Amino acid sequence: MLDVIIALSPTMIFGFVYFGWRALMITAISVASCVLTEFVYEKLMKLPVTVGDLSAVVTGLILALSLYSTAPWWIPIVGGVFAILVVKMLFGGIGQNFMNPALTARCFLVLAFSSIMTNYPEVGEIDALSSATPLQLIKDGGTVSYAKMFIGNHPGSIGETSAIAILAGMAYLLIRRVITVKVPLSVVGSTAAFVALFTALKGEPITLNFLVVHLLGGGLLAAAVFMATDYTTTPVTFWGQIIFGVTVGLFTAVIRCFGGMYEGISFAIILANLLTPIIEKVTYPKPFGLRGGGAK
Amino acid sequence: MIKPIERLYNGIIKENPTFVLMLGMCPTLAVTTSAINGLGMGLSTCAVLMMSNLIISLLRKFIPDRVRMPAYIVIVATFVTVVELLMQAYVRPLYNALGLFIPLIVVNCIILGRAEAYASKHSPLPSFFDGLGMGLGFTVALTLIGSFRELLGKGSVFGLQIMPKGFVPATIMIMAPGAFFVLACLTALQNKLKLGKSKVEPPEKFCSGNCGACMDGTCSIGKKEDADK
Repeated sequence: MLDVIIALSPTMIFGFVYFGWRALMITAISVASCVLTEFVYEKLMKLPVTVGDLSAVVTGLILALSLYSTAPWWIPIVGGVFAILVVKMLFGGIGQNFMNPALTARCFLVLAFSSIMTNYPEVGEIDALSSATPLQLIKDGGTVSYAKMFIGNHPGSIGETSAIAILAGMAYLLIRRVITVKVPLSVVGSTAAFVALFTALKGEPITLNFLVVHLLGGGLLAAAVFMATDYTTTPVTFWGQIIFGVTVGLFTAVIRCFGGMYEGISFAIILANLLTPIIEKVTYPKPFGLRGGGAK
Repeated sequence: MIKPIERLYNGIIKENPTFVLMLGMCPTLAVTTSAINGLGMGLSTCAVLMMSNLIISLLRKFIPDRVRMPAYIVIVATFVTVVELLMQAYVRPLYNALGLFIPLIVVNCIILGRAEAYASKHSPLPSFFDGLGMGLGFTVALTLIGSFRELLGKGSVFGLQIMPKGFVPATIMIMAPGAFFVLACLTALQNKLKLGKSKVEPPEKFCSGNCGACMDGTCSIGKKEDADK
């Protein structure tokens, strides 16, 4: 878990520098409420205290990175309590949750407080870009410069804007062999493919800028690297991970192209989380030398 | 007169159809978006349940066993139609809010369940009070769920603003997931109140039974299976 925190740090630091002290405050509140919820629940239920494994810290960080820095102070508290109490602890604690706690909490917040959760911060110099997130811009037919998206100086949630910082974190996780490249690659690749397919089906023009904005302008990259690779809710088999990634890409593209929301990756991942047991069952490898059915 | 009171207690507390028997979940989850909707649904179901229990109990010696289900449905459907027409005439806003769920009272499993389990075996008076108890239990449950959902989702109860001005309503509570959250919390609460400090020990480990994917090296179940192989 410490590796994940180290990998998240470039993204966090960029977020703090770019979005200011509010981003720092949101992150601190989110982490504190996650850790505190886990501690209090385990004390009350007389369970062994597992705060030391840092998983609650990671949940809090990921939740904070998926929020806008304009969120009021109580939003990360509600999200953190929901993530740890409902999604994680009630299902049995670490390793037993069937959905990614941070993402489920984010989806809960989006559904519960939709007007607050879509109120993105206005930052950066005054131009067309500071008025909307890249995904909103291209939905209305605009274009976004590549440099902006790579560096990340455009509106968005705290941890999603900077592609460079996210890729640095991904490189660290890959070197430390915490994650494999299969899930992020299949999520990003299939999202691009399905977005292109659906846009073509709708008879709208596909430009390179349009596709790049879909990949880098929203939360796709951050989610593919840090959230779709969650140990507990992602398949462990080789083909399972690829099927999982493609499923996430398909759901994301469907929500982005046909849905009312600009962003769909968080819903896509928790939907695919639900399919994880089935995907694992189907792709369970046959033990070497065994004839017939393999796993029961 | 012990029996009627016992039936009422049974329906509202001991075997509450929503929190204990877990019957009639469809209207429970669907219409409890506000306290008044929950109350309306509960009372209309209660009215149907009382009358159908009474009539079925009166006719229990005449209804042939093999066709009892169609017979019950005809009786229940008659009362549902009466209730529906009355609601359409006198409480139009509630009728519009509940919509399709009023005719669907016909297939509410509480009503058929009580007809089959109680009214077809007991005399009319206890059957009538059984229907009343069960109906009131359903009404109390739906009103409670509706109140909590309205309070958290709109900040009001029965249309009266309760929460302070700064409160931001959580819209999710009046959407479908909110029904599950509130129902689960209230059921857990009543279990806690009823069972108190029971002697049931929680299981030592939360085991999903999926030993193939299990990382717990200290678990004895997986080791036993490995040894069997």
